[in-house]
Formats: sequence, structure tokens, C-alpha cells
Amino acid sequence: MSVYHYLTVSAILFALGTYGVLTRRNAIVIFMCIELMLNSVNLTFIALSRHLNSLDGQIFVFFVMTVAAAEAAVGLALMIALFRNRETVDVDQINILKW
Amino acid sequence: MDNKLWLIPFFPLMGAIINGLFGKRFIRNEAVIGGIGTGAVFLSFLVTCAHFFQLGGETERFHQVVASWMSVGKLQIDWGFLFDPLSALMLMVICGVGSLIHLYSIGYMHGEEGFYRFFSYLNLFVFSMIMLVLGNNALVMFLGWEGVGLCSYLLIGYYFEKKSAGDAAKKAFVMNRVGDFGFLVGLGVLFWTLGSHGVWTVNFVEISENAHLLGAGGTIVTLVTLCFFLGATGKSAQIPLYTWLPDAMEGPTPVSALIHAATMVTAGVYMIGRMNVLFALSPTTMAVVAVIGAATALLAASIGFAQNDIKRVLAYSTVSQLGFMFMAMGVGAFTAGIFHLMTHAFFKACLFLGSGSVIHAMHHALHHAHLHDDPQDMRNMGGLRKFMPITHATFGISCLAIAGIPFFSGFFSKDEILWWTFASTRGMKLVWIMGAIAACMTAFYMFRCLYMTFYGEQKTHPKAKDHVHESPWVITVPLVILAALATVGGFVGIPHAIDVLHLGNKLEHFLAPVFQHTQKTYEIAAHGSASTEILLMVLSVVIAAVGISAATIMYLKNPELPAKFTSMFSGLHRRVYNKWYVDELYDALFVNPTKSLGRFCWKGFDLKVVDGIVNGTGKLVNAFSAALRHTQSGLLHNYALTMVLGMVVMVAIFILK
Repeated sequence: MSVYHYLTVSAILFALGTYGVLTRRNAIVIFMCIELMLNSVNLTFIALSRHLNSLDGQIFVFFVMTVAAAEAAVGLALMIALFRNRETVDVDQINILKW
Repeated sequence: MDNKLWLIPFFPLMGAIINGLFGKRFIRNEAVIGGIGTGAVFLSFLVTCAHFFQLGGETERFHQVVASWMSVGKLQIDWGFLFDPLSALMLMVICGVGSLIHLYSIGYMHGEEGFYRFFSYLNLFVFSMIMLVLGNNALVMFLGWEGVGLCSYLLIGYYFEKKSAGDAAKKAFVMNRVGDFGFLVGLGVLFWTLGSHGVWTVNFVEISENAHLLGAGGTIVTLVTLCFFLGATGKSAQIPLYTWLPDAMEGPTPVSALIHAATMVTAGVYMIGRMNVLFALSPTTMAVVAVIGAATALLAASIGFAQNDIKRVLAYSTVSQLGFMFMAMGVGAFTAGIFHLMTHAFFKACLFLGSGSVIHAMHHALHHAHLHDDPQDMRNMGGLRKFMPITHATFGISCLAIAGIPFFSGFFSKDEILWWTFASTRGMKLVWIMGAIAACMTAFYMFRCLYMTFYGEQKTHPKAKDHVHESPWVITVPLVILAALATVGGFVGIPHAIDVLHLGNKLEHFLAPVFQHTQKTYEIAAHGSASTEILLMVLSVVIAAVGISAATIMYLKNPELPAKFTSMFSGLHRRVYNKWYVDELYDALFVNPTKSLGRFCWKGFDLKVVDGIVNGTGKLVNAFSAALRHTQSGLLHNYALTMVLGMVVMVAIFILK
């Protein structure tokens, strides 16, 4: 099991997450995809930490997880506020801040 | 007595400031304002007299340096005064005739709303003129030079609500400035050339001492003096810069008398007198001066034949007499030129003030009858000697003086000029002929003016006829004093040829310290026998008599003759009446091209280019923003895509580097 396998998995996960962010209409699903991207990055950190025999990567994962959690909390709060006003979480419907 | 010279310009300056700042709101009393104005000039006159009587003998001149103006390396320019016979004489004329005119103005400008403004400007003018003649260096002179131009503008445009007055003021000022440019160029070249010889100065005494360094008859001296002469033509209304003077008659009559007869216009003559060494070094320039003076004298005299406005006749007469003064300076008759300046101040001021008296009376009479006829048009006058005896008498005396009838003042000065044009080492017979013809014409048109105004049938409207009356004492007293001076003022310059009582030519003796050295060094003198001189004198009297008789026949005896002449020579009359179309020529050559240039700069450049750039920049920004705003589509996925693409590009660059 070389490090390349882990990096490939991580890349695929990242690509899937990006695709989801760019394509899905439901805001909650977009958040889930963002979480997916963040987790893929976590995987990369850990794999390389093991490969380079340094604990720095694993420590950084903790930071990433904390940020992901906070971001999820804030994002969901935003969605709730948005749903209260707009009755929808479809991002294609939220487009009045334009020219 | 040396350190009291500063009082002479001080009094009028104070008068101008007091009247200017406090006249409108605080003083308001005409008598007080007029009193301050007149008193200031009169005090200067008294101080001048005090210094004047101390000249002669050992005291050749007075100096005073009030303060240093500029001190740069070897150059030292002071606020300094030089009181020598030439400036003394000029000051006597300026302050003496000036105070009379100030007194006259109290009566003439009565009831005017801008009464205080008039006296403030008039005092400011006298101050500038005093600085001009009293300055000991060219820069103080130039300060006065510019100052009189400014005051001329302010006073011509006194009735600023009239468009014609504003236009005339602008015309006068712009033409003056053209001359001033000449003065400055001349001064600059002179300064630099003297400097290249190590003499860094603009002081008159030092210039006179070092002028020979410029080289007699050389190009530099000729250039310098021609430039100065250009300045003189602007200030003293000679060809080509004379057309502003007739228009300047838009100003009140005392202004015409003081500025455009007695003082400002004589600044050019004074300047040549002051710089006589420089001019003597350049025979070419002197010839130019003489010829232009003669040509101007002739041209202006011809125009005076056909004018109907009494002030216009006198204006052209002034231009013509100034031509005589320049003729004198051009042939080396410096004393004669200054002499004529003095006598001209007397009789021309008297003539102008007399015309003002007439206009004043006519204005009142016409106003009384609610008529709108022109009070200055001589065709509305006639027979006024019955109603205005004093004005008539003084006007008549001054006409005799200007025509050169013995033994009035004009006779002596004009004859001396004509003699020198004939007999001087720098004289020219052609100039003499032109001068003699101009003298004949002078006699003619002045007596034409006299007859049309005071003699013959009264052509005033019947309703206004009987309301014409003599003017009050503030107007007639100056007239009488000036007429007296015009009568006896000539006796200070009796030429040797007819000096049977051996009184001596007092004026020549007085001005000798200023001119004699130059005349001796450069051999400028009138060579001729006394009999020739007497013959020429008789000839000029005959010429004057011919002119007067012609005027008498045409305007007194047979009043229908002028109309016949006009119809016979209609082409010539039209040209003369329209001032030989010189104004139209200048319009075509200078005024209209300048206006076109201005219009182009405005419409073609300022509006199109400058505004175009400014507005265009705005439009460009607008266009960009109109294109760019579409990126704000409001769709989340677009933004996300943009972010991802940007990230891809950055990573690509990072990898490929």
C-alpha cells in the first residue's frame, strides 16, 4: 500500500466533491460536498504524514476538522435563515444580488 | 531739502487710498472728497515748487533713495528719486495742471454716483505719473508707466455700464501693452548689453554715463532705442498705436484733459528726453522718430478736418501735436520738444476743459428740454459765445496758441520745432515740409471747431436754446488760469533770433544740464543764420493765417461752403471721416484673427479635445462597467465555477514554472 494509492483516493474524493459543489442544486448537498472535499484533504495530510514520518500532517488534520465543524454550523444556520425567507434551499432560486 | 522728495508721490497716493477705501461709505461728502483729491495734488505741487526754486547754480539735481528694491549681485535697484530740471519741469506741469483739473472735476462730476471712485483713480493716476517722471531708474519709471496705463483704463471705463466705454478702455489698455512689450524688450537688451561690458544697472545716471559702451550708430543701440520708441508710440499715441486715443474720449472730460492731453501721453516724450544719450547714439532711430512724428501729425490733422464730435477733434489734435513733439525729439531738439510738451499741456488742457464746459452746459440744456440730442456734437451747437463768454474767450485764446499766432505760447514752441527740423544737423527738410503743412491744417481745424461751437447761428433745438448758460466758478477759474498760461507761457523760451530785449532763452538754460552734454558730444545743433530763422517764423505765421482765413471763410462767412466741398470731394471726405479706415484695417489684421484663434481654442480645442478627453474617460469607464457587470449573475454555481477555474490556473502556473 504505497502512498500513491491514498493520494489517488484523496484526489478522486476531491474531484467528486468539486463536481458536487458545481452541479447540485440543493444547498445542503453542496455543504455535504464541501465536507467531502475537506475530508479528502484530511486523508492527503495523514497519508503524507505517514510517508514522510512527520507528525505535522496529523496535527494539521485536527485544525481542518475544527474549521470544518465551525463552517458547517455557520453554513447550516445560514440555510435555516434563508429557508425562513425564501421557502427554498435551491441555490438557482437565490439570485437577486445581481446587476 | 534732499529727503523730502518722497512727499511728492506720497500725497496723491494717500489721497487715492483714503478716497478709495473710505469715500463711498464713510466720507460721502462731495466737497470733502474733492478737497482731499485736489489738496493732495496741490500739496505735491507746493513741494515741487519748493525744490524747483532750489535748482540752478550749484544744485544740479536732487537724489533720494527711499529703500532698496532689488539687490542681486552687482545689480542694485532702489526705490529712488531723481529731481533734475527735466523731471522738475514735468512735475510742475503734472501737479500744477493736475490740481487745476482736480478743482474743475469737483464741479464737472457733481452728482455722479461714483464721485469718490473718480477722485481715487485720478489721484492714483497722478501718483503713477509722478513715479514715472521722478524715478531714478528704468524700473521705477516702468512702474509708473504701467500705473498710468492702468489708471487710463480705469478712468476711460469710468462709465462702465456703457459698452462703448468698456470697449474703449480695453482697446486703450491692450494697445498700451503692445507698447509696454517694446519698452521691456528694449530695457532687457540694454541691460544685458551693458552687463556684458560689466555695467549692471538700470539707473538713468549710470546708463547715460555708460551708454557709449553700446557703440555709436550700432545695431544694438538702434534696436534698443527702436524698442523704447515702440513703447512711446503706445503710450503717446503715434503711428501705429494711436487709434485708442480718439476712442478714449468715452471717459469724462477731465480725464481726457489730464491723461490724454497733458500728462500720460507725454510720457513717451519724457522717456526719450530722459534717455537722450541713447537716442543720440542712433541717428537711424532718431530719423524714424522724426518721420513717424511728422506722419502722425499729418494723418491726425487730416482726420480732425471732418469730425463732428468736439472731443474727437481735440483728441486728433492731441495726436497731431504729439507728432510735433516727437518730430522735435527726432531731430535732436530735445528742449523744443519738452517746451512744446509744456505749452501743449496748457492750451490743450484749456481746450478740453473748455469743451467740457460746453458739453456740461449743452447736456443741462438738452436734459432740461427732455431731448436726446448728442451734447458733444458740434452740429447741435453754434453761437454759444453769447451764453458762455468766459468759456468762449479761453477757448479762443487756446486756439490762437495752438495755431501758433505770435506771441502766444504755442508760437514759440512750435516755431522752435519747425526751425530745428529745418536747420538741425539731424534735421530733414521733408520733415519740415510735413510739419509746416500739419501746422496749417492745425490752424484750420481748430478754428473750424471754434466757429462751429461758438459762432454762427445757434443750431440747438429751439426748446433747449435758451437754457444754455455759463459754468460755475470751479469750472471757469481753471479755464482762465490755463488760458493765461497759454498766453504767457511761451516767454520762457524766446529764441535768440528775435530776442530784442535780451531776456535769454530761460528754458534752454534751465534744461541745459540734461541735454547740453549730449548735444555737444554728438554735434546736434541747429545751424543757420538768424535771418533764416526769422524768415521761417514769418512763414509759419503766414501758414497759420492761411489756415485761419480758410476756416473763417468756410465756417463763418459762407457756411454753405463745407457742404459743397463735401459733395465735390465725397470720396476723400468719406475716407477722412472714417479715419482712413485704420481701425477697420487693424480689425482685419489683428482683432479678427485673434478672435478666430480664440474661437478655435474654445470650440475646436477646449470643447472638443479637453472636454472630449474628460467626458471620454467617463464614457470609457461606463462602457467597461456595462460589459463587466454581467459577471454578477447572482448564480452561486457561476461563482463557484470561477473560483475553481482560477484555482486550476494558479496550480497550472505553479506546476509549469
